[in-house]
Amino acid sequence: MDILDTFAEAFRLVWRLDADLVEIVGLSLRVSLSAVALASLIGLPLGAALATRRFPGRGVLIIGANALMGLPPVVAGLAVYLMLSRAGPLGPLGLLYTPTAMIIAQTVLITPIVTALTRQVVADLDVRHGEQLRIMGASGWARIGTLLYEGRHALGTVALAGLGRALAEVGAVMIVGGNIDHVTRVMTTAIALETSKGNLGLALGLGTVLLILAVAINAGVGAMQRRPQVRAHG
Amino acid sequence: MLRRTLLAAGIAGLAALAALPAALPAAAADRFITVQSTTSTQNSGLYDYLLPIFTEKTGIEVRVVAVGTGQAIKNAANGDGDVLLVHAKPAEEKFVADGLGVSRSDVMYNDFVIVGPAGLEAVSAANDVLGALKAIADAGAPFASRGDDSGTHKAEMRLWKAAEIDPTAASGGWYRETGSGMGATLNVAAGMGAYALTDRATWIAFENKGDMQIVYEGDPRLFNQYGVILVSPEKHPHVKAEDAQAFIDWILSEEGQAAIADYKVDGQQLFFPNAE
Repeated sequence: MDILDTFAEAFRLVWRLDADLVEIVGLSLRVSLSAVALASLIGLPLGAALATRRFPGRGVLIIGANALMGLPPVVAGLAVYLMLSRAGPLGPLGLLYTPTAMIIAQTVLITPIVTALTRQVVADLDVRHGEQLRIMGASGWARIGTLLYEGRHALGTVALAGLGRALAEVGAVMIVGGNIDHVTRVMTTAIALETSKGNLGLALGLGTVLLILAVAINAGVGAMQRRPQVRAHG
Repeated sequence: MLRRTLLAAGIAGLAALAALPAALPAAAADRFITVQSTTSTQNSGLYDYLLPIFTEKTGIEVRVVAVGTGQAIKNAANGDGDVLLVHAKPAEEKFVADGLGVSRSDVMYNDFVIVGPAGLEAVSAANDVLGALKAIADAGAPFASRGDDSGTHKAEMRLWKAAEIDPTAASGGWYRETGSGMGATLNVAAGMGAYALTDRATWIAFENKGDMQIVYEGDPRLFNQYGVILVSPEKHPHVKAEDAQAFIDWILSEEGQAAIADYKVDGQQLFFPNAE
């Protein structure tokens, strides 16, 4: 397979704005962005609490979050499959093979990443500003809120790390989504399918599209992160 | 305080964004059935051709989950599908006998072939498929097996047994179990110059053949029968029995059978309908 052909294929796909491709990219973004939003909703306060407060079970949670950063996607997918299968405890909801199931699986996958990295970011900030906040009388959740706000740029990068993981994984969404055409097919499962058909050029072309997407998102967030800083110093 | 209010508003906005997609599939999915099926039927492109015809006629969308036959049967046993369309007759009959499926019907057939490098004369010259397998084992030539309890894997194991060879003794040596789908296994075989047993449909549609070719075909033992089963609504009350039965009736009807026969890749028919 000629690498140049591959890039040509990727370019053709994007250029034609192939309807199927747009649908697949759209679902990838919808699923992974939703998972990042949910994981942030859980992971930001949890990570900040782990960094600034002392409570029973804290040590276990920190070790757990750190260890689960290496959770294999296929294991996350399997766990969610067993919960959502008709034979599982949440079976009656009928969520298996829907985008919702994929969002749940990816949330399970990246919440530990967001939690563990947030804890580190907030802990570092707390060392620098903690005393000052205490003097100002900020305590408890007010202190956590302030630290999260002060750490927003670093936490943006934390969210990006989670998004990268979510967009890149195939194991979890394959199991709970089923790679159903026009319903649960996303970039990575489409790439796996084209590879198994022996369409290596198209598969790599789709991979290139995914890569371009990741670059665009990172560039966008990078630009957003820089702007307020310029104003603050200007 | 304003900052914190903004932050809270931002988080609330993200939560709303996350909740939104959960509401969408319920609206989009008005009438559909889920079919648990095999990688061979999907990788060959049959469903892409067949299903739109059925959906056009009935308004019933068909969602295919394509995994190995073993996994498809397990998923269906868990109730995660309305219809089972696979190719491992003994396992299918057991599924029905266990009360997990209503009844089983033949749908179509094709055959398995052995593909690989042209090098081994004794393989193509063998009198039957057992002789071909013996020749591969005797030469210690690399053989890529599905190794995933799929229909093709089950068929392969039956053939080795009939040839009185235990290839798993050489697992990791000349016998290599990929534990993945048909196409993925063919990619492995192409990469290492190995032999492999594949259904003819996947082989014809496969685009990464490299130097591989069909080295053995034509033994009646290589017959590959596909069957369709309605998942038991008694066992799983949520099964959409009416729409699922409509799909089964259509695929077994003259029209459905003709559509299967019509599907061709490079002018070659991939599946041969044989419903009774």
